[in-house]
This record gives sequence, C-alpha cells and structure tokens, in this order.
Amino acid sequence: MKYATEFRDPAAAKTLLARIAHVADTLGASREAPIPIMEICGGHTHSIFRYGLDKLVHEGIEFVHGPGCPVCVLPRARVDEAIQLATRPEVIFTTFGDAMRVPGASQSLLQAKAAGADVRMVYSPLDALELARRNPEREVVFFGIGFETTTPSTALAIQQAAREGLTNFSVFCNHITVPEPLKAILDDPFMNLAGFIGPGHVSMVIGTHPYDFIARDYHKPVVVAGFEPLDILQSVLMLLTQIAEQRAGVENQYARVVPENGNPVSIAAMADVYEKRPSFEWRGLGEIDSSGLRIRPAYRAFDAEEKFGIGYAGIRAEIADPEGCACGQVMIGHLKPTQCPHFGKGCTPETPLGALMVSSEGACAAYWQYGGARAAAE
Amino acid sequence: MCLGIPGQIVAITAPERMMAMAEVSGVRREVNVACVADGPLEALIGEWVLIHVGFAMSRIDPEEAEKTLIALHELGEVAEATGQMAEADRALAQ
Ligand code: SF4
Repeated sequence: MKYATEFRDPAAAKTLLARIAHVADTLGASREAPIPIMEICGGHTHSIFRYGLDKLVHEGIEFVHGPGCPVCVLPRARVDEAIQLATRPEVIFTTFGDAMRVPGASQSLLQAKAAGADVRMVYSPLDALELARRNPEREVVFFGIGFETTTPSTALAIQQAAREGLTNFSVFCNHITVPEPLKAILDDPFMNLAGFIGPGHVSMVIGTHPYDFIARDYHKPVVVAGFEPLDILQSVLMLLTQIAEQRAGVENQYARVVPENGNPVSIAAMADVYEKRPSFEWRGLGEIDSSGLRIRPAYRAFDAEEKFGIGYAGIRAEIADPEGCACGQVMIGHLKPTQCPHFGKGCTPETPLGALMVSSEGACAAYWQYGGARAAAE
Repeated sequence: MCLGIPGQIVAITAPERMMAMAEVSGVRREVNVACVADGPLEALIGEWVLIHVGFAMSRIDPEEAEKTLIALHELGEVAEATGQMAEADRALAQ
C-alpha cells in the first residue's frame, strides 16, 4: 500500500478502506461485476487519481468520472465564438487560465493570442472589471465559464458593473448547472450507476436539495463530499452503506463547508442576474434542456452575446467533435480514457485534441498524469 | 477551478464594494466578501474563508483551512492559484 504513506492520517485511511472492502464483499462486488459510482466533480477526479484511490479501494468499486469539469464540456463552437470576440480590435478578452488551451475548431485562445488577439488571463471576474475601469476606450469581455461555484462571481461582478454604470464591460456567459446533465445521464438507458459522489463546492453554493430528485425519482444515493482523500473514502463508505441498506437519500459528508440550503447571497445574485436558457450545448453530450444560464434582459447591456450579436444571439455554426474522438463517451463514463483511439497518440496534454486532456480536472489528463496511463498508451 | 483556496482576511479595503484584503498562502489579494458578510465587515478581520476566483464563498475554521491547504498543495492547486493571481496582476499592468 505505497500510496497510504501520503495520507495525512494513514491509519484512518486504512480503517476506511477495510470498512469499504467489508461492505463491498457483503454486496458481492467484484472486478467483473463492480459497483459503479460516479464522482460528478472534476476536482474529485483529480483527487482520486492523485492519491490512487481507484487502486486502493476494493476492486469491486469502480469510479466513473462525471461531467463536472467546466472546460471539458465547453463545445468547440463556443471556443470559436470566444475567439471571434477576442479578435475584434476593440476587445480585451479576459479568461481563466484553464480555458486558454481548450481547442476550438481550428485554434485555441492561446493560439489566437499568439496570433495577435488581446487575450489576458485573469484570476477573477473582478480583474476584468478593473481592466474595464482602467481602459475606458476598450471593450472588456469576460469569458464566464463554470458551474454554480463560479456563477455567483460573474453575477456579482455584473451587479457591481451596473452599480458603477460601466458601459465597456460584458460577460460571454457559458455558465452551466449541475443537476440537468445528471438528469440526462440518469435518463440514458445504457447508464448503469449505483450512486453519486456529489460536488462539494457547487453544493456549498446551491445546498444539497437540488439533488433530491436523484434519490426520490431515480432511487440512487448521493453523498456530497469534500475533496480530500479521506473525505472521498468516507463518502464511498456512506454510499455503500446506503446501497447495502437499500436506501437512497442525499447525505452530506462535507457539512463543515456545505450548508443544507447553500449560500443565500450567491443564490440571490444568480437569480437576479441569470435565467435559464431553453437549452445549451455540451461538448460530447449535445444540447441539454435548461442546462445553461444566460443574462436576464435587465442586464442585457452586460451580455456579450447581445452586445456583439454572436453565439445564441447570432448565427451559430454546427461544429462536430474531431473524428473518432470519444470525449462524449468518456464524459458520461461510458468509456475509459484509454479506450479512446486518440488517447496518448493524437491527444496528449501538450497537444490536446479534446478538452478532457486540457484541465487537471479532466479524466483524460488525470489518467495521463497519474498511474500507468502512459504505459497503457504505448 | 472548482476548488477554492483558503485565505485569511487581514483588512477591509473598500467597504462600499464589499472588498477586503486576504492573505492566501503568503500572497496578498483583494477579494470580495459579499457572500460571507453577515454583520459589520470589520468582524471578518482574522477570519478564514474559502476563496473562489476572487470571492470569499464560505467561512471555515482555522483547522479546516490548514487541512485544505495541505491537500491543495499536494494537488498542485496552491501554486496554480497563486500563479494565476500573479498572471492577473501582469494582465492589469499591461
Ligand atoms: S483522449 Fe483526447 S480525444 Fe480522446 S476522449 Fe480524451 S480528450 Fe477526447
């Protein structure tokens, strides 16, 4: 057990692993017939690989990697639209670093920057606001991406811009929500999942009730988890216990950070600034009903799509994923990254073909970085 | 992007914009505290918060902050976050 030495509390890890193994055995789980558990959040995927939890747990537990990596699910068409904005001469295009290397149809933002577009990496939408204040003659566009963890930040930034009467700041909004893709995955007849590890920091914002439908309508247990290795192991044990007792509820392993009802200020800001789009495109998954957010008409002046007539406010190009790439199948856990024909060949972190290879939260990048993935590709 | 980073609030910088100075793993960074304020802002000084993309999203106790920082270090997330802060400072100065 070489990984266990890296745990802050190896004894606790050992105990949890033994208890997981015991319940897995009573459930008859085996390598051939594993219990598939989906970790929704890419942060969990990263942590699972970093600590080798997939190898440490009983072989009858299978981690299925979910769609919770914001840059991974960004479709090529949206990257292209971002590049269209970034190449306008009046625009300073601001983005989180994660999104810089995501490939569009022909380019990434990083390549567009190298070719002369004014693309700047920021840490926060507040940096973009500050750029707008300092550059009144330029149009500052912020690339809003992410789930409910980052959505409140762009909402609060837009509210602040409105209060200050800034006219040269807008957001290219690609915010998405966690519950809708889960519903799409649960409705997939080929999907076989025994339970879900719920995202910790998304839940810190929205609380635990948005997952109630998973337990109520689909009879699958959900445990909202922290991202430290012991948190994840404990959550696996809580899920297995529910399965063994034939219960399906939403439990909160991360109560030290996640309040049952979420963060009221964030929820209010999101509700004030955003409304649901009828549907939104996900890379590899296609359009999913009500899964994306757009800026409400009251804040239209801050909506880059409206301001520049692009994206859902313009004519959208249909851009298919690269030939033979398995991103969509990997995203919903149907295939392992190593089963993609491009894995480690045409697609590596240096030359990513799909976005799952770009971010450390993407399953393909995590496979590549940790644990035998290179060997599997060679 | 979804992992927050713990920081300690050390001063209130612009109360009208709900901005405070936080110390994040040795780096000072202005953050928005609207989501964690439930009284006078001064009461936040000394508190530990979990910071996501420049916004304090949750109060945490010091022990939780320390545990989280250790885990983030091991995931390479601390260097990433502070690197992004430095990069953002450059973008602003440009
Ligand atoms: S290896 Fe590359 S192309 Fe294949 S699924 Fe992963 S990211 Fe997509």
